[in-house]
Amino acid sequence: MLHLVLFFIFAAVCVAGAINLLAQRHPISSALSLIVVMGSLAVLYLLLGAEFVAAVQIIIYAGAIMVLFVFVIMLLNAGEEEHGIASRVATFGGLPAVGVLVALVIYSLTHQSGSGAAATLAIGGSGGSTRDIATLLFSKFLLPFEVTSVLILIAIMGAVVLARRGDR
Amino acid sequence: MVPLSYYLGLSAVLFCLGVLGFLLKRNIVTIFMSIELMLNAVNLTFVAFAAHLKNLDGQIFVFFVMVVAAAEAAVGLAIIIAVFRTRETLNVDRVNLLKL
Repeated sequence: MLHLVLFFIFAAVCVAGAINLLAQRHPISSALSLIVVMGSLAVLYLLLGAEFVAAVQIIIYAGAIMVLFVFVIMLLNAGEEEHGIASRVATFGGLPAVGVLVALVIYSLTHQSGSGAAATLAIGGSGGSTRDIATLLFSKFLLPFEVTSVLILIAIMGAVVLARRGDR
Repeated sequence: MVPLSYYLGLSAVLFCLGVLGFLLKRNIVTIFMSIELMLNAVNLTFVAFAAHLKNLDGQIFVFFVMVVAAAEAAVGLAIIIAVFRTRETLNVDRVNLLKL
């Protein structure tokens, strides 16, 4: 019962934040509502028992990535967005397309066969402690982990090269 | 006890809102944030299925998705800064040099 109540509270906060992201005109307001979405998603991860993922969600997503976003918005002094003819076309094309997408997804969720749809999740369902995740990460997923570090290195170099002034 | 389909439904709604933002917003930074929203929705699916299947692989994949998202944000925001420096705008409708 508690699980259900908490789920609905934070799911509502999550969806409200996502809708606010779309409704706001100013990028800073959008960024702050995205932080709300990420915070409530972290609570949902905690409800599912994924405490490591919840902590990483707060630290990396709501912390590092969103600070980067807010920093760039402030740096570029981004104002309110302007709407032209093309954005009106996107509205007329995009809203029905997304409506169809939502209908398809909900249909496939409610009409799926097998045991998946009716399954329920207990609070703290996955039971993965940080120790278990670390063991898995450094044994079964060691190669992807190392490849990821190379990816991060390339991303750092790419960011430095791209953001540098072009007066070489 | 929450049904698995509730989590999947929430994730689907968040993903569709991300798609909607990607299609409707004109500010390139906000479009980027919509992509982050879609990645978060997928992460919720991973964690829900990890809890459902009692298998931690899903949580490891969330970790990898976060790493890729961080790399993407760093490179993407660098591209945005480079675009702003040359075009003096963040509106994607005005960045149309490659259009016919």
